[in-house]
Amino acid sequence: MKKTAIALFAGLLFGAGLAISGMADPQRVQAFLDLFGAWDPTLAFVMGGAMIPMAIAWAVQRRMAAPVAVSRFDLPGTKTIDRKLAIGAVIFGAGWGIGGLCPGPAIADLAIAPAPAAMFIAAMLAGMAGHAITNR
Amino acid sequence: MMLPGFPDAMPLQGLAGGLMIGLSAAIMLLALGRIAGVSGLAARATGLSSTGAPRSVAVAFILGLPLGALVISTITGGVQTTFPVSPWPLLIGGLLVGFGTRLGSGCTSGHGVCGMSRLSPRSLFATAMFMAAGFVTVGLLRAGGWL
Repeated sequence: MKKTAIALFAGLLFGAGLAISGMADPQRVQAFLDLFGAWDPTLAFVMGGAMIPMAIAWAVQRRMAAPVAVSRFDLPGTKTIDRKLAIGAVIFGAGWGIGGLCPGPAIADLAIAPAPAAMFIAAMLAGMAGHAITNR
Repeated sequence: MMLPGFPDAMPLQGLAGGLMIGLSAAIMLLALGRIAGVSGLAARATGLSSTGAPRSVAVAFILGLPLGALVISTITGGVQTTFPVSPWPLLIGGLLVGFGTRLGSGCTSGHGVCGMSRLSPRSLFATAMFMAAGFVTVGLLRAGGWL
């Protein structure tokens, strides 16, 4: 119950941050990627802003034996840079450029522009299902 | 505040929203011991992944995203969004984003926000790759006259 409430609050804060920062707008995100058009650097400010609390959080995390609300940290431990990581990132980046949307803003946009957001999310879930099927 | 040379940029809103996103990810890390990776949590919430966060945590975080956007939209009287007019960029973009984020184990939040701030070599590499792919893709769309 407590864990669920914390996750809901974190999601709410994340969605609010996306909406305030302009990142809910696919056109603005695409404009960041549009180096030869009317380039919009806003996304760099968002990334920079997000780095500050997270850099502090990682420094704190290294000194903690366990998280506050659960018994242990469950963090990615993979170190190797492999072909899957490279190809996956390139495919994701291409889709990000085409639609101007990544998963967070797309889901947050369900509250702002439900019809196009739902269309993107339906395709995104199909892509995820496609991966799940081909990697069984 | 305007950024000289970039009339459309929103540096202060960007920083403020970014701080909120970072704080959200910090809460996920320090309270729940997890990466705030939206693609992974979305896959988990919808049952398309059998590993990762507890289902309830994933569902709650994912539900929070539109709720947070709704709060801001209500307070400010509306959030500006301009979507592609044609459904094709949404459908093709969505398919690629879904498949790519699962194959590459993350998106802008997991690799970008959480992984880069951890100085994870995998995430630094992935972020460089998806940023580069995004720049090239939009450059090609512009060269082809689609933008």
